[in-house]
Amino acid sequence: MSWLIKSSIGRKFVQSLSGLFLILFLLFHVCMNLVLIFNYETYNFLANEMLGANWWAIVGTIVIFFGFGVHIIYSIFLTLQNRKARGNIRYESSSKTPATWSSKNMFVLGLVIALFLVLHLYQMWYQMQFKELFMIEGARHDSAQLVEEVFSNIWVVILYVVAFIALWFHLTHGFWSALHTVGWNNDIWMKRIKMIGNVLSAFICIGFIAVAVLMHLGYSNLLA
Amino acid sequence: MDKDINIKVKVWRQNGPKDKGHFEVYPLENISQGSSFLEMLDILNENLINEGKEPVVFDHDCREGICGICSLYIDGHPHGPDEDITTCQLHMRTFDEGDTITVEPWRSTAFPVIKDLMVDRTAFDKIIQAGGYTSVNTGGTPDANAILIPHDQAELAMDAAACIGCGACVAACKNGSAMLFVSAKVSQLALLPQGKVEAAKRAKSMVAKMDELGFGNCTNTGACEVECPKNISISNIARLNREFLKAKFKD
Repeated sequence: MSWLIKSSIGRKFVQSLSGLFLILFLLFHVCMNLVLIFNYETYNFLANEMLGANWWAIVGTIVIFFGFGVHIIYSIFLTLQNRKARGNIRYESSSKTPATWSSKNMFVLGLVIALFLVLHLYQMWYQMQFKELFMIEGARHDSAQLVEEVFSNIWVVILYVVAFIALWFHLTHGFWSALHTVGWNNDIWMKRIKMIGNVLSAFICIGFIAVAVLMHLGYSNLLA
Repeated sequence: MDKDINIKVKVWRQNGPKDKGHFEVYPLENISQGSSFLEMLDILNENLINEGKEPVVFDHDCREGICGICSLYIDGHPHGPDEDITTCQLHMRTFDEGDTITVEPWRSTAFPVIKDLMVDRTAFDKIIQAGGYTSVNTGGTPDANAILIPHDQAELAMDAAACIGCGACVAACKNGSAMLFVSAKVSQLALLPQGKVEAAKRAKSMVAKMDELGFGNCTNTGACEVECPKNISISNIARLNREFLKAKFKD
């Protein structure tokens, strides 16, 4: 199994699988968030009973953290190796080869998302699950109300929206690129996979943005 | 109509692999737009020789886009700003009066500069030696219809075989990755029954050699495909990934 570390395609394979796994996680996350628009009670039930401090939620959290960890560590190694392979001297005339902006800036986009993640984990996850697990005082069980408080600050909403836009760029390249790396691509499927990727990233990012903005404006808990 | 133009060429000069290297600007007068880019460099070199200076070293051979030895990174593009051609097929009518044309060598750790614009591309030969062939015990020539090959497979294999190994993909890639080259060389054989026999071994050893020689990891920017003078498609890269992963899972 050492080829998963030593071989370039092996490393890329790990990077794609962890990326695809994280996309699945995001899909779940956005679906759960959308509940906030309709009903706080349902959301709190999901957050406390379905997730919360249950053993399956803890295992799930550890797996997701592992997924992020692998994806981030591999991205750092891949980027460093690629810079080395490129050499120290840059082109004087700079590259004028047309290539999508997101494909050339995956690491920077990922960095933006990672920084956002620190803020996000502190504001939400630390207050909801972490405090409860480690018996720190002030653990929140009214998750929906906590989210509403956080999103009442316009600057937080703006930061979140910026991160989601970065995420959109990251995913539009990431999705098809991941499938390309696991070998699922040819001239016919290329267009389809790119289309599916665009729809997926649009759904995920518009969903996240919609929840943040609508909650700030007070259009939430509509079916209460 | 083609005119005679006055231009400046900004050329990378580097005395040897260890030299730091620098740019030098040479003005050229009355260059016919009908001449090829390499003819323009020939004129430049003749001027330099007449002035008692050292001529600019650059790779060239067939000058008809087949051999794959010419390189040159011209104005931000490998093989220059024109589409689907090698440097030797680039003509001066792509440029205008008063232009300053920047000419650089391929830049990649795996392609060290030998002198001026000439880089060492033996890394590609080493990758081919690692497995880019079929081991055949030669005997009598079999009938052409003895091994049936679907037409579209034959076409795809032929498209992959159009790769001339010039290295423009590596030069264009922000990661210095050789995946387009390796994938074309793996595909041209993997698509045909004769090549299938050793497909697993070939994919593994060629990728291992590519990594060993210091080429980067592909991130699917697609820059290679855009600059490839022979229009090699990146769907070959997906095929190489497939072949490689299949081989590894079989182990």
